[in-house]
Amino acid sequence: MDWYPLWNSLRIAAISCVLVFFAGIAAAYYAARLPRTVKGVLDVVLTLPMVLPPTVCGYFLLLVFGTKRPLGIWLAQFGVRFVMNWYGGVLAAAVVAFPLMYRTARGAFESFDENLAYAGQTLGLSNTFIFWRIRMPACRQGILAGTVLAFARALGEYGATSMFIGYTPGKTATISTTVYQLWRTNDEAGAFRWVLVNLAISAVVLLIVNLLEDRQKAGRKAVRR
Amino acid sequence: MSLLVDIRKTYGAFTLNVRFETEDNAPAVLGLLGASGCGKSLTLKCIAGVETPDEGRIVLDGVTLFDSHKKIDLPPQKRQVGYLFQNYALFPNMTVRQNILCGLCRETDKARREQEVRRVLALLQLEGLEHRRPHQLSGGQQQRVALARILVNRPRLLLLDEPFSALDSHLRDKLQMELRGLLADFGHDVLLVTHSRDEAYHLCRRVAVLERGRLLAVKATKALFADPGSVAAATLTGCKNIAPAHKTGEYEVEVPDWGIRLQTAQPVGDGVKAVGIRAHYFNTKTAQNRYPVAYLGEMEEPFEWIVEFRYEGQRPGTPPIWWRIPKDRRPQTFPPALGAAPVNVLLLYE
Repeated sequence: MDWYPLWNSLRIAAISCVLVFFAGIAAAYYAARLPRTVKGVLDVVLTLPMVLPPTVCGYFLLLVFGTKRPLGIWLAQFGVRFVMNWYGGVLAAAVVAFPLMYRTARGAFESFDENLAYAGQTLGLSNTFIFWRIRMPACRQGILAGTVLAFARALGEYGATSMFIGYTPGKTATISTTVYQLWRTNDEAGAFRWVLVNLAISAVVLLIVNLLEDRQKAGRKAVRR
Repeated sequence: MSLLVDIRKTYGAFTLNVRFETEDNAPAVLGLLGASGCGKSLTLKCIAGVETPDEGRIVLDGVTLFDSHKKIDLPPQKRQVGYLFQNYALFPNMTVRQNILCGLCRETDKARREQEVRRVLALLQLEGLEHRRPHQLSGGQQQRVALARILVNRPRLLLLDEPFSALDSHLRDKLQMELRGLLADFGHDVLLVTHSRDEAYHLCRRVAVLERGRLLAVKATKALFADPGSVAAATLTGCKNIAPAHKTGEYEVEVPDWGIRLQTAQPVGDGVKAVGIRAHYFNTKTAQNRYPVAYLGEMEEPFEWIVEFRYEGQRPGTPPIWWRIPKDRRPQTFPPALGAAPVNVLLLYE
């Protein structure tokens, strides 16, 4: 069995998850500070990829990064071609997973008690310290949930990926595109094997999340005693 | 050694417009007394620098913290103003010790930091709680940690935002007693925001009354309670009986709602709007301002009775009048008329 799709899916999901983690948090943090009307418009734009069919996201990606489009041509000068390349998959997965991170992080930031930040400022703590050591830990639950959701969404991405980078065995094949391809070519057993792999990864991800939460609770209890 | 605040800020229909100064001879506690939503906390936030006024000036000990004309707006980090929040704002992910160390972020010497932590832990009786997290502490302990964190930071001004409102009532008086001692040793000015007249009376040398964003009066605490001067101040200092009134003589006002005229000890000003009589100041024997009353009901408290009555000529639909009598002074039968000494008739102008 060729394990390339597993490796490719994992690296696409992992890299896009890291990108989305920072982009989503930054967008959520700054969006919370904007005037209400601007925030409303921005919110719609940033959430759109979540409600659009992924194929439409793929269409827009081709519109921007297509090999005959200005940006695509410009990037090609530097040897960067997202279309039909595995790192194009990172872009596709990131676009689709971004709203999940953005929205959960925003919800967490909005429920943050701003007095904590004010208290930190009056004590002389830098805004960077307050962000990473007070705001982020206080919003940990929401941010962790958003990250896991984004990772899971990126791992399962099919529509935008197949539009944008297609299916080339050993090059752009991911687990989800492989399952479809194998099924289409009547390789039911092959498709089933990849379905099992996918189930196993999803189960492991959820297990890790549960373990992390348990450890947090146990840590808190240990201090109490 | 003083604080000058002169700021304006507008939020939709609400406008904050306050101007006050602390006395520069000796540090003291100044109370900001006001109903909720009157702009008390907003004033503190502007002084601390976490909110920006639209215009005005804030000067602390000769250092300009904010000046809209000179375009000065020091970040909160550089203001050296300690802020005790209503919910104490302890960092939930840190232990007591780590919280206190946050107040020492400017101190670079490790030995000094250690020494300071030990000093405030002892000062605020927090020894043994260093490794607890905020949610494992009682309300009183949380308040002491928050104070410790502020005091190690050596602020030049302390802002206390309703510091006792999150506590059980039986703890409140005890902690106020403790805080009195601590504030006396603090050596700088303190602003205490509260809506409780008891807190203001217990802790403040002077009190400023705020009503809907406006500062009505800044007076010595006892002078304010003796002569609140405005309806808002009378209400906030606990005066239960207030009714509109107008001048009818040099030392006389008419109170149409109560159907009576009252003699006053102070000369009545032309702009008088209302009168107030505190529930404790009705008297069974005084002949002055004595009018027939009808009793409506009574309610027992641990050490007092609250008696509701109406004047005979009182206008229908106006609220009944409250009379409080200590239990040992309660008469066998209530007299058919009650008096009030002219000195206890509060003249209210706004």
